[in-house]
Order: sequence, then structure tokens, then C-alpha cells
Amino acid sequence: MNIVVCAKQVVDVGEIKVNPSTGKPILEGIPKKISDIDKNAAEEALRIKEKLKGKVTVITVGSEDARERIKEVLAMGADDAILIVPPDGADYHVVSNLIEKAIKDMGQVDLVLCGEASIDMFSGQMGPRIAGALGIPQLSYASKITAEADKITAERNMGDKRVVSESTYPALVTVTKEINVPRLPSLMQILGSAAKPIKIVKAADMGIPDLASKVILEDVKGLAMNRKNMIFKDDLDQAVKVLAENLSKDGVLG
Amino acid sequence: MILELNEQQVMIRNMVREFAAREIAPGAAERDRKEEYPDEILKKMAELGILGAIIPAQYGGPGLDHVTYATIIEEISRACASTGVVTSVHNSLTAWPIIQYGTEEQKAKYLPILARGEKIGAFGGTEPDAGSDLGAMKSTAELNGDHYILNGTKTFITSGPKAGIIIAFAVTDREKGPKGISAFIIESDFKGYKVGSIFEKIGINASMTSELIFEDMEVPKENLLGKEGEGFKIALSTLDGGRIGIAAQAVGIAQAALEESIAYSKQRHQFGKTISSFQAIQWMIADMATRIEASRFLVMNAAYLKDQGKRFSKEAAMAKLYAAQTAVDATDKAIQIFGGYGYTREYPVERLYRDARITGIYEGTSEVMKMVISSSLLR
Repeated sequence: MNIVVCAKQVVDVGEIKVNPSTGKPILEGIPKKISDIDKNAAEEALRIKEKLKGKVTVITVGSEDARERIKEVLAMGADDAILIVPPDGADYHVVSNLIEKAIKDMGQVDLVLCGEASIDMFSGQMGPRIAGALGIPQLSYASKITAEADKITAERNMGDKRVVSESTYPALVTVTKEINVPRLPSLMQILGSAAKPIKIVKAADMGIPDLASKVILEDVKGLAMNRKNMIFKDDLDQAVKVLAENLSKDGVLG
Repeated sequence: MILELNEQQVMIRNMVREFAAREIAPGAAERDRKEEYPDEILKKMAELGILGAIIPAQYGGPGLDHVTYATIIEEISRACASTGVVTSVHNSLTAWPIIQYGTEEQKAKYLPILARGEKIGAFGGTEPDAGSDLGAMKSTAELNGDHYILNGTKTFITSGPKAGIIIAFAVTDREKGPKGISAFIIESDFKGYKVGSIFEKIGINASMTSELIFEDMEVPKENLLGKEGEGFKIALSTLDGGRIGIAAQAVGIAQAALEESIAYSKQRHQFGKTISSFQAIQWMIADMATRIEASRFLVMNAAYLKDQGKRFSKEAAMAKLYAAQTAVDATDKAIQIFGGYGYTREYPVERLYRDARITGIYEGTSEVMKMVISSSLLR
């Protein structure tokens, strides 16, 4: 069983602060990490490898410094990694095509595992786009997976209902955070991860004709939530009346 | 000079931080209250290679350098100072002297057991009448055929009731003074080995501390560590390294106090504002953070020198002295920031306050640290 895990390097979103005057997130000096849900995907890949034997390859699209972060997944037990350095401003379309090409270049791949979304942009597009590009079935939002030699079954969290879907290989599965608790690598595994192969490829060298982004990211701003700090000190009936009027005026009461 | 962890060290720190958050922190308050030793946690730490952090790969450990090791002790202590000291003693005071002074047979026999966490390590130096003045120890060891016969009482032994492998010291030649002290590797199942009283302490309550009593204890001759008469030297050089661990523990406790204080001061409102908007609180936070940063650099400096094979006694003493003062000061300020709530057992800062106090006492009091520092300057 050849398994690919897609893992993205992201900034640690819990550490991001927003510049109060510009509304822009301050990204300088924020530590980077592998997107949490991608680690759930990696954990699931490793469990399948332990059950069915095979190989786990990590694919990352990101800047060259992502090399260090990929080692987190290699330390967990993945066998090797491919780091694709994309053109500046690559959108989901471009990134999914890069991953599609990398997977095709690998030859036989039976299963692709992704997080349902990355914790930074949370678009949830990457898994479905890769499956679409590869022309393989996708089982999205899996909160439980049962992989067998000839088929894979996923219990999928579709919001108000749970759907059980089954597919033959090759297939792509996106997983949710609830699916597992990713293992911690031992110190010996962390030290050993330094020796595992990471292939670094530049997007321009991959022979993809169209690397132009269709979506241009113009700006990113934090949500501003300023308290109004209004205190109603009048008698109760009057206070309730004024509060209701104000809430109504702000459209909170619909 | 680089004052930054490399990528691999960051990865190790992050793993240990995550482990501490998942496995160590959640039960820390309860273990403190119940004086419950972290047996299960130590097993999990052994599986991840954390417990035997400095043990070389050929003996089953990850063989970490001391900078990374100090980082690990800080992270563990940030979650639970008791687990921090148990880990520090296991590595610095038990595994290290075997790595440094042991014969190949001793290393092959004992280091894998320590790495796997099958037995916990302890250090039997202090006696009721020999603390800072270690040379005044009364325990004796007499060679009798294939065995040494040890008699004496050791006290304030971290992990005492739980330890399986103990580095212990006894006088083999009374006339030679400190040069008549020898070191031994003791197993808790040796005949004549006994655990004495278990102490009730004000802090680090989950690390059991007890007396160890040797009554005509038979120690095989091959368990002499180093040569006869080298014990005092072994003890001092071992404690030099141990101080890096304790200083790192103090930094971890102080860091926890800082983080608790920042979080609390940002959500506690008084006079219609968060208390973090008051200068009185801001200055306390600034002082805490500055001293913690300075302490951490002192620890890293001592650990770096040790890794380079250079002299580090003075620097380790400085790190321990300053980090211990920092831990006491930072946890005191944390209680002040929490106010009345800080004085209750509802919040974690009271435990940090109690845990911090020991760091200026064990493995060399702050006064002994000043002796070490000044004697190297006034030599």
C-alpha cells in the first residue's frame, strides 16, 4: 500500500496577534508548524501502514524552510517526503495541480490522505481539488476509517448526519480532527528523522504548463471585535427598553 | 555565539512540551495533593526516550546533549516540578556518573535499565550530619572478600522509596578525609538495603523523598564506581551537572508562574479594566520575564560549556543560584497578581510557590553556590 499524506506548513495561528491600527495579522516571529489536522491524516496513514504494510510519503507545498517542519511527520514514522516550492502567490488551483503531478510522478499510489482543511486558511478545498485533478474517488470529512486490502470505508461527518462511504483504491480521504490523537515521536525517532530523505522540487521544474494563479489574494485582515462598553444605570424597565432599542438598531435582534 | 536552539532541539522541545501538556500537567495538582509518585508518567517518558535523555544510543537512550536535556527538564518542570526533579536525578545524578566513571560492564549492565525506565535512579550523598559538608559523611564501606559491606544512613533522597539503582557514597578510608570516600552503584534489592522515613514536604510532593538505610549491606566489589577514594571527586563533578538540571527545573517553575500570571491578569477585571492594564502588574510581569530569560541563558551557557568539555562549575552554580532566586521571586509575584485567589488551592500558583522553594536548597544550597562562584574568582 503506497500512501501519500499531504501536510502543510502553517503559522501557529494561536500565536497570531492583529495590529490594532491596520487590522493586519502580525506574522513576523510567529513559530511555524505542521497544520494540526494534517497530523491527524499522518497518524491515520501510519496506522494503515502498520496494518497493511507499505510506505508513507509526505508531500508538502511550501517555502524551503518547510523542510524542518516536514521532519515532524517523518519522525512520527513516515518514510520519505517531497517538498514542492511553488511560485509566489500560488492559489489552490496551482497547489492542487502541483500535488497531482507529484503523485502521478510517484507511480503507483493507492491512498491519499489530507486534513479536512488547513488551520490557517481553512478553505477545505485542497483534498477535493487533488481528487478531482487525479480523477479518483474522494471520501471527505472522515471521522473514522477502516482500510482493508481491497477497499476503504470512511465514516464521514456531514454536519447533521453521518454518512458511511466505501471506495476501492486509489482513493483520497480527508480526515477531521476527531479521527485520532496523533502520536508523539520518541526522541530516538526525532533524531532518526534527520536521515530520512526529503526531495525538494521547484514547481517550475515539474513540467506543468500552467502555473498561473486564478485567485489573487489581495489582503488579509483580522476580525475586529470592539466592545461598546455601554452601561445602563437607569431603572430596570427603562434600561431594558434602551438596551432592546440599541440591539435592534444594531441589527442584533433581527 | 548562538543563543538559539537549532531546529532539531526545537522539535524535541515541542514534542516534550506537547507530552507534558497531554500527560503531565493534567494530574499535577492532584498528585501534589495526594503525594502520589508519577509512576505511569515515567513509564511513558521512558517509551519516548525522555526519561533516559542523556544515556548514549549504544545503551538504549537518545544520547542528548546537555543544552537539549536542560530544555527538556524545563518543559517537564513547567508542567510538574516533581516529575522534573525525578527526571533530573535519574539522568544527571544516576546515569551520568555511570556514563562518566563506570566500567564497560557497569555501563552495559545499568544504563539500558535506566534508559528503559525499568528502575528509577537516585543519589545517596546527603546524610543527617553531612549536607553541604559532604566530606563529613559517616557511612562506611569495608572490603570483605568479594564484597564491600556498607553501613550508614542517607537522607533527603529524591525518589528514595521508588529507586532501583542508587549512586551512594561511603568512607573506605577514614584517615584520608574526603579522599577516603568511595562511590558505589547500589541496587535496591541488595541485602541490607532499607528505605527509612518518608518525608512530608512543603513542595515537590509528588517526588517521594526518604531516608535510605544501609545495614551491613553487601555490595559486590565490581559495583565500586571509579576507584577507591574517588568518591568525593565523583560526587562533586556529578553535582555540578545536576545543578544544570535543577536550574532548568527552576526556570520551568518560573515560566509556568509567568504564563499563569499573564493569562490571569488579562482576564481579571478590577475598576472596570483588566488588571493587566495597570502598571503595577505590568512591572511585575516585566521583572519576571526578564529574570526568567536571564536564568535560561545562564542554564544554556553552563550546559553548552559542559557539552564542549570545558569547565562549567562556576557557570552551573551561577545558573542554579540565579534561577532558584528567580523561581522564588516569580512564584511570589504570581501569587500577588492572583491576589486572594492565588492563596487558595483553586489555582495552580500556590503549588508553584511551594515547589520553587526547594531549588535554592537541594543539590547545593544557594550559599554553597556562592562559595563555588567566589572560590573560583578569588582563587
